[in-house]
Amino acid sequence: MQHIVIIGNGISGVTLARHIRKLSDKNITIISAESEYFFSRTALMYVYMGHMKFEHTQPYENHFWKKNRIGLVHGYVKQVNAKNKNVLLSDGKTITYDSLVIATGSKPNKFGWPGQDLEGVQGLYSKQDLEKLEQNAPNKDQCKRAVIVGGGLIGIEMAEMLRSRDIPVTFLVRETSFWNGVLPKGESAMINEHIKEHHIDLRLDTNLKEILPDENGRAKAVVTDKGETIKCDVVGLTAGVTPNIDFLKDSGIELGKGVKVDRLLETNIKDIYAIGDCAEQQEPIGNRRPVEAVWYTGRMMGEALAQTLCGNPMEYNPGHWFNSAKFLDIEYQTYGWVFSERTKKDYESHFHWRHPKEKISITIAFHKETNLFLGINNFGIRLRHELFDRWLNEKRTIQYVLEHFKDANFDPELYDTYEDDIISKYNADFNQNIRPKNKSWKRILNLH
Amino acid sequence: MSGIDKSMSLAGEPPKALNGGQKASVLTGMVGLGIMVLQLFNLHFGNNTLWLSISLLLILLGVAWFSYASYEHKQEGIKNDGVWFKSISSRGILGWMTGITLTGFYIVLYFYPEYLGLVQDGDNRGLIALFDPLSKALSGNPASQWFVYGTLYTLAILAFGIKFMWKYRHSSYQRIRTLSVMFFQTAFAFIIPEIMARLNGDLPYYDLKNMWPLNYYNFERYRVNGFIEAGDIGLAMLIFGVLSIFVISPILTYRFGKRWYCSWVCGCGGLAETVGDPFRHLSDKSKFAWKVERWVVHSVVVFVTLMTTAVIYSYLGNDSSKYWLTKTSFLVGVAVILTAVFAWAMLFKRDQLQKDAQYGAIGYFVIIAVFLGMHFFSGEGNIFLFKSSTLRTSYSFLIGSIFSGVIGTGFYPIFGSRVWCRFGCPMAAILGFQQRLFSKFRITTNGGQCISCGNCSTYCEMGIDVRAYAQKGENIVRSSCVGCGICSAVCPRGVLKLENGPQEGRINSKDVLLGNDVDLMELVNKK
Repeated sequence: MQHIVIIGNGISGVTLARHIRKLSDKNITIISAESEYFFSRTALMYVYMGHMKFEHTQPYENHFWKKNRIGLVHGYVKQVNAKNKNVLLSDGKTITYDSLVIATGSKPNKFGWPGQDLEGVQGLYSKQDLEKLEQNAPNKDQCKRAVIVGGGLIGIEMAEMLRSRDIPVTFLVRETSFWNGVLPKGESAMINEHIKEHHIDLRLDTNLKEILPDENGRAKAVVTDKGETIKCDVVGLTAGVTPNIDFLKDSGIELGKGVKVDRLLETNIKDIYAIGDCAEQQEPIGNRRPVEAVWYTGRMMGEALAQTLCGNPMEYNPGHWFNSAKFLDIEYQTYGWVFSERTKKDYESHFHWRHPKEKISITIAFHKETNLFLGINNFGIRLRHELFDRWLNEKRTIQYVLEHFKDANFDPELYDTYEDDIISKYNADFNQNIRPKNKSWKRILNLH
Repeated sequence: MSGIDKSMSLAGEPPKALNGGQKASVLTGMVGLGIMVLQLFNLHFGNNTLWLSISLLLILLGVAWFSYASYEHKQEGIKNDGVWFKSISSRGILGWMTGITLTGFYIVLYFYPEYLGLVQDGDNRGLIALFDPLSKALSGNPASQWFVYGTLYTLAILAFGIKFMWKYRHSSYQRIRTLSVMFFQTAFAFIIPEIMARLNGDLPYYDLKNMWPLNYYNFERYRVNGFIEAGDIGLAMLIFGVLSIFVISPILTYRFGKRWYCSWVCGCGGLAETVGDPFRHLSDKSKFAWKVERWVVHSVVVFVTLMTTAVIYSYLGNDSSKYWLTKTSFLVGVAVILTAVFAWAMLFKRDQLQKDAQYGAIGYFVIIAVFLGMHFFSGEGNIFLFKSSTLRTSYSFLIGSIFSGVIGTGFYPIFGSRVWCRFGCPMAAILGFQQRLFSKFRITTNGGQCISCGNCSTYCEMGIDVRAYAQKGENIVRSSCVGCGICSAVCPRGVLKLENGPQEGRINSKDVLLGNDVDLMELVNKK
């Protein structure tokens, strides 16, 4: 029986294994050094905050793996030997494979800051990082202040975590406004306000210069490029992630930033594949980046590769871009492409609406000339994925989208609705006369 | 976590620690409760009206103040920080102590009311005497242990309802739903029955929102006679009792799912949603628990159906000239109704039932076999070897008291807030059967947005593994879902929405989620 070995038990590797099992009887082995069973990485923050226990982050009960004949090996792969088709574990064991899939995810970026390897300096990616944070910052007495470096999604999550234990947080953000490389300025400004509402000391346009050690080699302060020294007990490095592929250096597998793969997710060596955060497309797909460290893309690569490995070659062909996040108390979803002022295309125009009091807003991107709907960012309002995916497929205009905006509302029942306000703002901004249609189940579910 | 707790602080640390306002409010509420406890020892404070008012008000004030102190200084949003660190909500020492105290209270209440001060002939003493003035003001009668319980129950729902509304002040669904359970408890369960008793002393106590099989006693001889003797209004109530189970509840459940009852109206649900909210995450989510749930709750349905049929059967006559409904015609009637329901489910919904169809069939045939047995082998007042009254007392002891009270509420801090609703309530099972097969209600999963974080499953009080569906992009259509809406509230990515829509496409199983290659999705998801 053919043996498929998967390195890494994150969402990509596990999705792949599940789908292979559905399609075939092949032997499957998943190797992970991080944890015995699959858990949801995105949920680690809730363990520190006391919303969940670690076991709750595991989507499958422990008996699932045996029942589905998915072998789990708790170990660290030191080396891949492509010639003999085996992998060498750090405990000296070797495992041979017929097909090998690298799904090792990412690790936090470190940009060579002086002091970046001191005690008390850490990223937030793995289960081990969570355990480390529990040691480093158990409470506000042992951690009198934390400094977080890097204003992205993990940075703001780490700030939220520490604040849940009343630990004072200083948040260094390189950009002049939070995440404004991705978010248009109105939204980015709204998140700035919200961060401050949560009593987080937000320092925009500020970089880390160095981390100072105390006599025991622990971090005791950071120095910023503004010349300020901030005393702290913990430094969180959250300036993005990079593929976790150091162990492949001498394997003969072609590496760039990540493991280079073609559209079938195969590397330069036959029968070796890479999926998820650690895979790098030779050519970017559409507006996507060659390396996409996103939960959903990892899952989609797993779904596609399972077909290929089970005799039904299938290119990785993601559909319309979507993503979501939560900034403290503000939920964010996005469908299609909305670029920030920094990355905006020439043809891209924006319509922005923000609630006069609440932290609720949307930005719709559309084509300047054709009015083609390009994408939407929504904050504090939930919208239906299925509808936006369909509207993008059908190449609808922004007018059509707004006219049918009530169909897309996904907020809980009995919530206030804002479609009328949004549409009148659009009508006023662009001198239009759109009237919203009432919600129709027939349209939503595409029933005929 | 493996970290060593180096803190020596006894008060704990954020988010476990209490702030000043919280401490003062706990003191206030405990003084109110303390007055009642002292009454148990028959200390006569004099003036029961005054002391009862002080006690009830202090408890209400204490809880309301505690909520204010807990949430006022925080941003609107999900407030689950430290839930698994706090002793009370993570099966710590406080949780166990609360559980044991509650359980003890229920045992005394059900089986030793004299310890609370109940005196059968003569003036009440102790705690029950404290409640006499209020009871006399409402119904004109002295208080009983049930009046004390009813008052405290209502107070608990009101006080902790206020807390829940503060906690979820960003969610109008949660606020309105909580107002609803507070209203139905106060008006329908507490005040209206007492006033009805005052207006018409012959009327049996009737909480109009309780329907069979929750009030399994509703069709017993003494009650039916009571209704009929009370004249038109009594007859109207009897007819309402029959309509509510056969007409009103099916229509509402079709339209809204069983949540219209379980988390908007029901008193047990009301307590679970308010007092029980800090314990909702303690429910067992394993597949094994789900299996136990299905066996136990459906066995209760079979039991209650048999018991009620037997009880009514036992007091009907054989002579159709005296009364149109005879033993035989009643039995045939019940059998016909059950057969019609069973045949409908098997003919039209078999594909949705899959393996459960076999269990349904077993239940159905057990009931019919017992009916046949009843018809051929039962003498006067006997069902086989048992007296029908024995069946009824064992049901009322095992299910009505032990299950719904002692285990259902007493064990809140150990097994979570909905143990009774999930494992024991026959009404929930019947509504659930309908919700699963014939309702517009579902929890819609938002395309491919799920990140498998597990907040939804963790905070599901009914122990549904919500994530198992959401991460497959599949809608959640489960008979046990009471529609509390907390899964949707705690979801950090806006993936879940409770809604009522067309039945077409309500159940949508998927293997490859939205967002991937369209061809792949079609290839894999076509069934």
